[in-house]
Amino acid sequence: MKSLDDLKKIRDGAQKKVVMRGKHDGIRILVGMATCGISAGARPVMNLFVEKIAERDLNTVTVTPVGCIGECAIEPIVEILQGEERTTYCRVNEEVAERIFNEHIIGGKVVSDNVIGKFRL
Amino acid sequence: MIERSHVLICSGSMCISRGAKSLRDEFEEHLSRLGIRDEIKLVNTGCVGLCEQGPFVIVYPEGVFYATIKSKDIKTICEEHLYKGRIVEKLVFDEALTETKEVRAFDEIKFYAKQTRVAIRNCGLINPDDIEEYIAKDGYRGLGKALIEMKPIEVVQEMIDSGLRGRGGGGFSTGLKWRFAYNNESDQKYIICNADEGDPGAFMDRALLEGDPHSILEGMMIGGYAIGADKGYVYVRIEYPTAIEKLKIAIGQAKEYGLLGKNIFGTDFSFDIEIRLGAGAFVCGEETALIASIEGGRGMSRNKPPFPAAKGLWGKPTIINNVETLANIPAIIYEGASWFSRIGTERSKGTKVFSLGGNIKNAGLVEVPMGTTLREVIYEIGGGIPKNKALKAVQTGGPSGGAIPESNLDLPIEYETLIEAGSMMGSGGMVVIDEDNCMVDICRFYLEFTVEESCGKCTPCREGTKKMLEMLEIISSGEGTLEDLDKLRDLGNMVKNSSLCGLGQAAPNPVLSMLDNFRDEFEAHVVDKKCPGGVCKPLIHLEILDNCIGCTKCAINCPVDCISGSLKQLHSIDTSACIKCGICKNICPVDAIVSI
Repeated sequence: MKSLDDLKKIRDGAQKKVVMRGKHDGIRILVGMATCGISAGARPVMNLFVEKIAERDLNTVTVTPVGCIGECAIEPIVEILQGEERTTYCRVNEEVAERIFNEHIIGGKVVSDNVIGKFRL
Repeated sequence: MIERSHVLICSGSMCISRGAKSLRDEFEEHLSRLGIRDEIKLVNTGCVGLCEQGPFVIVYPEGVFYATIKSKDIKTICEEHLYKGRIVEKLVFDEALTETKEVRAFDEIKFYAKQTRVAIRNCGLINPDDIEEYIAKDGYRGLGKALIEMKPIEVVQEMIDSGLRGRGGGGFSTGLKWRFAYNNESDQKYIICNADEGDPGAFMDRALLEGDPHSILEGMMIGGYAIGADKGYVYVRIEYPTAIEKLKIAIGQAKEYGLLGKNIFGTDFSFDIEIRLGAGAFVCGEETALIASIEGGRGMSRNKPPFPAAKGLWGKPTIINNVETLANIPAIIYEGASWFSRIGTERSKGTKVFSLGGNIKNAGLVEVPMGTTLREVIYEIGGGIPKNKALKAVQTGGPSGGAIPESNLDLPIEYETLIEAGSMMGSGGMVVIDEDNCMVDICRFYLEFTVEESCGKCTPCREGTKKMLEMLEIISSGEGTLEDLDKLRDLGNMVKNSSLCGLGQAAPNPVLSMLDNFRDEFEAHVVDKKCPGGVCKPLIHLEILDNCIGCTKCAINCPVDCISGSLKQLHSIDTSACIKCGICKNICPVDAIVSI
């Protein structure tokens, strides 16, 4: 440790390790991961979100696996929660997930092709 | 693979003793079985504070707080929460559930929301075995600031301005203590961390050493820079094996990262820290006895002056700071003295960590700003007394402190107010005493401890405490007289005024304060020959009231078969054969058995 800059470098790197344990006011990605969701392929979708978030260092975005909301026929289901706004996507494969990430989470624009409902809570 | 979730497993000594050790293995097994091991990060943390409800598992990013977790619960948490994302409500700490059964995040629980965490800021939130997690929480930035931006005397002045006072019990200004050592010219000076926590009922220091060891190392280094020491010792008792292990890991990692050693941060400052193990003698918490023990001698105190700041370890100027004091220092230097002095009251700045124990619902570790009232700590954070029993007193300061009666519960916590109330801050043990306790018996317990721990060097402490204990035993057996109470007070004052060191000077405090505040209870023992708390065996007998339902539970469990009665009939106790063990009283489903 030769300078404050050295410490800062370690600190910036290390904060990525613990950022999840802070408060989150940002975007939450909920992935339907009940048995139906998993068998429809939700796991690789969830993993893709996790990797993309890490790649871009988006420390205000978290991914949470959640249960089934009942529409098993159109799984995998992904919900994006931003403040009071909730967007629900259906039939999300990896390709759609990538679009949701790029267009919605980064770009702020809903991917309307896969939305089943967009409403105020 | 990047983790999507962090699972924090409390691995403080308390949780370990409640079975937390196997939890990590269970997680490993079930997560691997489900094929999601890579997605989850498992972190063993230090004490999260709410020890009574341990072991704990906290799951992020949601911050879900699972309490009283057993090995078999891990399977459910893995399968439901981590695999399917369904929070397991029945395992969530009950105060974390709202009335509508919504799950509150960890830091919104009343127990935590009411606290201000400075010293234990990282306990339970970081992995103590990973220096990078400490650095991520701004660790070692205080040291960097001190070494690069401040002169040693400026660090000393900053500490004086902050108003920080010793957290080991004495309450002397840390900054002024440092200035004495700073002003004493010497070729060699030392910093010692006093981690010889020995009060019955106190475990703040252990939790800090186990949960955030780097904060203590950083505090020592800042102190070393300020007074001109390049060597530090942590004096810790061998009864704290986990704390010792965490310290060793922390020292090793600090060396590896160049935070201990030569030319730290590229400056001229070098520092080294070694651990010294004590055998667990209470007197070694006293500065001069502690020094004697490090030097390889017998742990005995000596006369002061000279104070250790002038002539300490191996005759060199030495500063001895308590664990909690040291843990505050990095935050004070990094955030500034004015930030710290805004917390607390005019006379007592900052916060204080208490280990809350005795008859209280949420026993554990709490940190509150000075000036918080005892009532807030006990009822709002501590959750009150189990079974809605009445509070009789709060004991602070362990065997060196006293008991504060219910009528004084609205006192703000400050060094001075506690002394005025006949007790003391001490190192932070806080034992809640309810109506079912006997004050004479509690005095006896503390005296037994000091008699055992007296080093024997001076007569008042060695002989005086022993005689005091004998007198208490006479009183609790019902053989005492009113005159004995006066004799006990006189002897207590004599021991207090003439003992050599803090151990003897403070040993009579529990007796003196309880004689003042609970004289009626002592009188009940010597005049009425009764123990109002129903504790002192020679003065009580057990009786079965007529609300007995005749379940026969008491008769079946009585070890001396002195309870008779047939099914669904009122039972009775043969008091001549009864050994007053109390098993029947505890086992009775309708509370029909009382001690009178």
